[in-house]
Formats: sequence, C-alpha cells, structure tokens
Amino acid sequence: MKLVTVSGPPSSGKTSVILKTLEHLQAQKLNVGVVKFDCLYTDDDEIYRKGGVPVKKGLSGALCPDHYFVSNIEECVQWGKREGLDVLVSESAGLCNRCSPYVREILAVCVIDNLSGINTPKKIGPMLKSADIVIITKGDIVSQAEREVFASRVHRVNPKARIMHVNGITGQGSFEFSTLWTDGDEVETVEGKKLRFSMPAALCSYCLGETRIGSEFQMGNVRKMDLGDTSRQTSDPMTSPKESK
Amino acid sequence: MDIRKELASIIVGDLNSRWPYATTFLAKNDLEIEDDPSQKLSEVASDELLDQLAEFIIEMESFLSDDEEVVDEITIFGGNCKNGEPEGVRELTIRVGEVICIVGPTGSGKSRLLADIEWVAQKDTPTGRSVLINGHTPESKWRTSSEHKLVAQLSQNMNFVMDLSVEEFLTLHAESRQTENPEEKIQQIWNDANALAGEPFDLDTPITSLSGGQSRALMIADTAVLSKSPVVLIDEIENAGIDRQKALDILVSQDKIVLMATHDPILALMGDRRVVINNGGMKSVVEPSEEEHANLVDLRALDDRMMKLRHRLRMGERLDEV
Repeated sequence: MKLVTVSGPPSSGKTSVILKTLEHLQAQKLNVGVVKFDCLYTDDDEIYRKGGVPVKKGLSGALCPDHYFVSNIEECVQWGKREGLDVLVSESAGLCNRCSPYVREILAVCVIDNLSGINTPKKIGPMLKSADIVIITKGDIVSQAEREVFASRVHRVNPKARIMHVNGITGQGSFEFSTLWTDGDEVETVEGKKLRFSMPAALCSYCLGETRIGSEFQMGNVRKMDLGDTSRQTSDPMTSPKESK
Repeated sequence: MDIRKELASIIVGDLNSRWPYATTFLAKNDLEIEDDPSQKLSEVASDELLDQLAEFIIEMESFLSDDEEVVDEITIFGGNCKNGEPEGVRELTIRVGEVICIVGPTGSGKSRLLADIEWVAQKDTPTGRSVLINGHTPESKWRTSSEHKLVAQLSQNMNFVMDLSVEEFLTLHAESRQTENPEEKIQQIWNDANALAGEPFDLDTPITSLSGGQSRALMIADTAVLSKSPVVLIDEIENAGIDRQKALDILVSQDKIVLMATHDPILALMGDRRVVINNGGMKSVVEPSEEEHANLVDLRALDDRMMKLRHRLRMGERLDEV
C-alpha cells in the first residue's frame, strides 16, 4: 500500500483535489481510501463516500489535532491494509501553522490556494516548508501574474518542492498529480518512522485546562512577548522570553 | 549546503570576487561590510542572514547559468479519441508567432489538449498524445520546475485579488521573475495595456478597481511581457472594452504561441489556423479561406451593429427600430 499525507490550511481545497486525483487512480482499478482528520467538525467523509471512496474520520476535539494525528496514524495504516487498499490518503488541516503531519519517507503534499495572500507561504511554516509536493489551487480565478508571483513565493519558502497547479473544481492538473502518487515506496507500517518536524512544546497550565488570565496562573512552558517595557517583565529566568526573530 | 559552509568560513575581502551580487544583498539587509577585508563574514552577519544569503546565491546561480533554450515550435502527435479510435490529426506543429484557435463543443476535450501541452505528454496521459519541443523530446524541467511553465493562461473568469496599485503589482511580478530592467518593462506593459483598453488608467490605480476591460488589457500586456511561458492559452476575449486584434498582436510580437479557445466567429477568423476538437480528439485543422477572410468585414459590421444596440439599451432607449 502507498501512503500519501495531505495537509493544508482550512478551505484551501484539499478534499476537492484529493477526490479529483483519486478518480484517476480509481479509473486504473486501484483501491483507494482516505482518513480525514479534523478538529471539531467535518462532513467531508460524506463527500468521499459519495465518490465511492472508503473513509474513516477522526475528530481531535479538545486535543491538539497534530498530536492526535500521530497517535492514530499507525492504526489507520493497518485499517487501510485490512481494506486491501492500494493507496491510502491522510487528510488533515493545518491549524496552528506550527505543525506538519509529514512522516519521513512518506509522500508529503501541502495544498494552498492562490487567494490566501502572498505572505501566506511564509506564514504556514513546516507544513509548506517540509512538503515534497506543493499543490496550488484556485488558479482559475486569479491572474496569470498572481499565479506566478504566488508560485515564486512558495518556491522561496520551499525550493526543493515540486510545485503544481491543480483545479479542484474542473480537475485540471489532477491527472498529472495522480501520476506521482504511485511512485512512493510500499508501506507496511509507519511504526518506528519519524515525523519530519517536531510537534510544538505545549506544556503550560492552559494545556491542562486553566482558563484564568494572569501571571500567577501561568505555569510551565510560558513565554512573554518583548514589548520593550522593562518594568513589567517577568523576573523568573525560566519563563522569561528568549526572543527569536 | 556547500555554499552555506563556504559562507561560514569566507573572509569579507573574498566575498565580492566570489559572488559580486552578495554585497548588494547584504547592503539591502542593512549590513555594510568594508572595514576589515580579513574579517570573517560569519563574525559580522547573523546565522539567519547567512542562511538567506546562501539561498539567494543558489537562486542567482541557477538563474545566471540558465542558458534558456528558446521554444520555436511545438509538435503534437495525435493519440486517441474518447472511444479509443485514433484522432484525425496525426501531427500538428505550431510555431512561435502563430495564433491557433481551438473550437469544439463544451466537454469535447479542449482542456485535455491544453493539459497535454502543458504536461508535455509523452504517451502517458489518457489521450496517448506526445508532444515535442523544437522537434525533440523535451527536458524534464518543463514538467518539474515552477520557473519553466510551458503554458500561461488567461480566461474571462480571472480577476486581480491583490491589494496593490498597478505599479506595485507589476514591480512584484517583475521581481518574482527576476526581470532585467524592470522599470522599462513596467512602462511598456502600462503603455500596451492602455492601448488595448478603451479607457486609460494610471500606474497608481489599485488593480482591484480596474474595469473588466482594463483588467483584461493589463493581464494580456503583463503576460506578453513578463511571463516566461512560451505558450499563452486564452479562453475567449470578451468583446467589450478591449481591442482584440491588438491584444493578439502584442502577444505575437513577444514571440508567443497563442492558443485561443473560442466560439466567436470574428476571433476564430483572426487565427492563422483552427483546430477542431470532437469526442476528445483533434478532428481536423482548418485554415481560413479567402472567402472567410472576406466575410470578416461583414462580421465586424454585424458586431458593430450589436454593440451600438447594446449602447442604446444602456442609454435607456427603446429598440423599436434596429
């Protein structure tokens, strides 16, 4: 079984791109399936089912969605194998722009759209930076120049990635994209494999359910902004800011 | 990686002879280096800046070493129709400066033909077509590199979405293309666009407030001058607010191959040839006849009459007499 991890900001067109791409694999009589990860709500599983694609959905709820992804991906791979899939796709929304669900040696795809603004490639961090393929969507409604500028911004953030334009509505580019999905290695298990990027340190009192605001309720890995006003800075060297640019 | 290592140990005095553009890059990032040529660069520049410089050098080197092969012609070898039968046109060569119209019913396979060209198909797409560039099998960069896109696309649905003035926007595009003489190019695009659009606009007009005709004019002039893609695909050019013949002339003058999907008789007759698509395949190639060209005069007169009627409607007149 081949495994493809697809991620990207909400509403960038991941589901549409995946569905259009899977159509080409289904036409080649390959068995395909999807695991959809989200936080609070998704009805994308229905959309996949309508497309004749077996699907499992996982909602992380109160948990960090990317941690939830890593804790479940091996079980999902085993589900895919039991279903006899040739290609399993994991789809997850990058929500805090700090994580990426990509696993080393597993094809990593980031979907991002032309409408999201030219500074977005810089903002979304490892999800874009460590992808093998970057798919740019919604190219049919912006000018050629904006597509070129956007693609060059993506290239600047991730010079190694292959950048492709796919239209999730018409499917333009999806055939070409689908030819890259069957290139990867066969995956029996992801156990023992490593994430491409470490997940964020999230060990402060708010992770544990604290809701009150104020220094005395802040414990653990807390960092303060440098607002240039020394009189109000925290005195604890363990929690004071290590400013990084 | 090697460049980054070299940067870590290089002394300031050697920097300029090694990479002449590096000093300018550092100056742009507020780092002036001139005091002590024996000083190590890594002592004055932060790691982050050195990372950025390394990336910049890699980009510049690949840009400078790029002895671009100019695309003179594209040859498409026919494959199969949707029903599996071989398509009518077995070989079609299109040269720079040509305008080829693509006609056929909706869903007939126009997009697939264009996709085959863009992907430089090598019998590995559903149609089984193959595409040659300048008579030989193309390099893989046409597929893999975002810098070398074979096809630029213009369609009626496209809009500007960035919050920038015309000048800022063109500057940004020129920068991303690493264009030489950007000011000159920007001036040229602006002049061309204004010649195309009926109503002139200024360089400081926000691109999002351009009218439909002005936007289309700017997109065409910009694609002609700044886009490196040798093939331009146009999905119709609406018949309002833009001089369509001039638009094609501008593209052709910049050594583009123009492919135009259209149902408009006037546009179709402006092309050098037209490819008829049916049932997923290229059915035939039609060259406009003398008679067709002669009819262009009548068609333009008809068109003109329709335009005048539209104008009268807008002005609140009745069309009791046409």
